[in-house]
Amino acid sequence: MRLYAALVYLFLYIPIGVIALFSFTAGRHASQLQGLSVQWYGKALHNPFVMDALQTSLMVALISATLASTFGAMAAVALQGLRGPVRVAFDGLIYIAVMIPGIVIGIATLIALVTLFAGLNPIIAAVWPAGSAPPQLGLGIGSLVAAHTMFLMALCIIIVRARLSGMDRSLTEASSDLYATPMGTFRQVTLPLIFPAILAGFLLSFTFSFDDFIIAFFVAGSETTLPIYVFSSIRRGVTPEINAIGTMVLAVSLTVLMVAQFLLRRGANKGGGA
Amino acid sequence: MTNTPLDDKQDQTQPRVIAELRGVTKRFGTVLAADNLNLSIGEGEFLSFLGPSGCGKTTALRMLAGFEAPTEGDVLLDGAVVNEIEAHRRPVNMVFQHYALFPHMTVAENIGFGLRQMRPRMAKGEISDKVRRALDLVRLPGFEDRRIWEMSGGQQQRVALARAVVNEPKMLLLDEPLAALDRKLRKEMQIELQNIQRSLGITFILVTHDQEEALSMSDRICIMRDGRIVQIGTPQELYDQPISRYVADFVGTSNFFDGTLEAGSGAIAGVKLANGITLGGRPVGAIAAGDPVSLSVRPEQIGLTRKQGGAGALPVTVRNRIFLGEHTEYLVRHETLGEFFVLAPRQSELSEGPFNSGEGLFASWDATAALVLTRK
Ligand SMILES: Nc1ncnc2c1ncn2[C@@H]1O[C@H](COP(=O)(O)OP(=O)(O)OP(=O)(O)O)[C@@H](O)[C@H]1O
Ligand SMILES: [Mg+2]
Repeated sequence: MRLYAALVYLFLYIPIGVIALFSFTAGRHASQLQGLSVQWYGKALHNPFVMDALQTSLMVALISATLASTFGAMAAVALQGLRGPVRVAFDGLIYIAVMIPGIVIGIATLIALVTLFAGLNPIIAAVWPAGSAPPQLGLGIGSLVAAHTMFLMALCIIIVRARLSGMDRSLTEASSDLYATPMGTFRQVTLPLIFPAILAGFLLSFTFSFDDFIIAFFVAGSETTLPIYVFSSIRRGVTPEINAIGTMVLAVSLTVLMVAQFLLRRGANKGGGA
Repeated sequence: MTNTPLDDKQDQTQPRVIAELRGVTKRFGTVLAADNLNLSIGEGEFLSFLGPSGCGKTTALRMLAGFEAPTEGDVLLDGAVVNEIEAHRRPVNMVFQHYALFPHMTVAENIGFGLRQMRPRMAKGEISDKVRRALDLVRLPGFEDRRIWEMSGGQQQRVALARAVVNEPKMLLLDEPLAALDRKLRKEMQIELQNIQRSLGITFILVTHDQEEALSMSDRICIMRDGRIVQIGTPQELYDQPISRYVADFVGTSNFFDGTLEAGSGAIAGVKLANGITLGGRPVGAIAAGDPVSLSVRPEQIGLTRKQGGAGALPVTVRNRIFLGEHTEYLVRHETLGEFFVLAPRQSELSEGPFNSGEGLFASWDATAALVLTRK
């Protein structure tokens, strides 16, 4: 049994370790270690295509994580007020939403957006003042952000909901008993107590969006995110540069995830009930 | 049961009515949590809601605080109907059962919370002054900067109390505030609560299912059952003149002998017990011949003697003797009536000496001390 567990871990981590290790190679082959250097990191960071893709990825991740955590928190607070079967139904829908495979979301969003654009573009063209060319709605950063936000909002709702339901209802009652208006209660009691969860939701969303390939592949249109860039360059052969990019993404993601974990853990320890 | 005569009598001695429930009913779906509650609360009064779990005590309190709106009837504060007024607009404060202190704030921030909400804004200095005085009041001086989780249960309880009284509310609502404390601390806090109530002159409404707590602290007690108010009165009134077996059982301890009321009129009525014995007692309330009743006799009203007593004396055997310091409690057994308790003061022991287990004695009591109570 121990051996089995050890093997599982080896299979999981050896490839990752190898990539990280080989990214420091001084040679030109992705699967050989010929002396140590950080030259491939420099190369990756000076590659305009990489930097472009990185910029797109960061922007998409930042915007979708912000939107998802903000609206997710708002939705979670609103859902908290629901009772009975309506609540059960909404809870179920949210859990299903996070469990839907990325590929389904990707295809569904693509079809939905394309249908929407096909319907909207003629209307825009019709009402657009003559003289200038009407804008064409199409796939791109906007659709990418939309798809990620939709998916990640469900995740954020779940995280914030968990925090909210662990919070003693009497805390908000005590606040309103002490003359705080509903807004004042939200600002002074609810928000500070759920803030770690919102931040954790933001960070998790950020890493998810930043790493996501499947959904992006479908809805990014002509935009290139970092995972899409890596995927397309692999088809031209794996270079140590790809390893370096992978390692950097891994390092950033792990750090962010650990921060998120820490926030969630600390929130849970402090408890809402006092 | 609506307003009892006891309630009306009490109202005359109360200077001013500060809060009132008028025919208040509260339903949660099919659950009737409050059933036609009628109650006036006087200024500066210490009133307790006493009753078993689920009888609607918390619900009544929450309607006064503004967390629940009555399904029917009116809640009045200071003579005005406040059914639709939200909690944050009511000049009352609540101490929650689990304190509900804000975990992300210090002790001082918790206590000053209510003051910080006041408009026009209160000056910072004034707030910290009041917070300091509130901490002095609950005997936690210098605890301003402590975090909540660094405080013991008893200290948190005091902070919760300070957080409520610092706002100088017209009425303080306390939902089983001492339930989470151990026995010794509870006793201490009972005395402290009483002192604070007297020194501030604030109306206190306490919810409890601990009869001792209610009896020792309250001016008046409101006995509840299944969402209804069964009886309202001072601890003494409830103890001496319970209107039903339920109340007599809830306030203090009593011996009950079940039977049916015999026909007849007068101050003393006969109760025919199951074994054919008939005992006399003072009938209370509207009961008619043939009704199922209980004869209630408090343990301290029963006398024990070795000598063959008068006609009404019951031959009993001593089963257990429990020494309680000032008093000695005996569990005695009658052939057919079964076991009952007798509380003998020390003096009688001096005259007759302590009784031993197994000894044959005669128990008797004054028929006027026995109450005939409805079993409903
Ligand atoms: N929000 C609610 N929804 C549904 N039923 C409720 C709600 N609050 C109270 N009840 C019901 O109303 C009845 C009275 O409840 P309440 O909390 O007032 O009792 P209580 O006397 O305070 O009991 P305890 O001593 O256990 O605190 C109970 O049967 C309870 O289940
Ligand atoms: Mg309760």
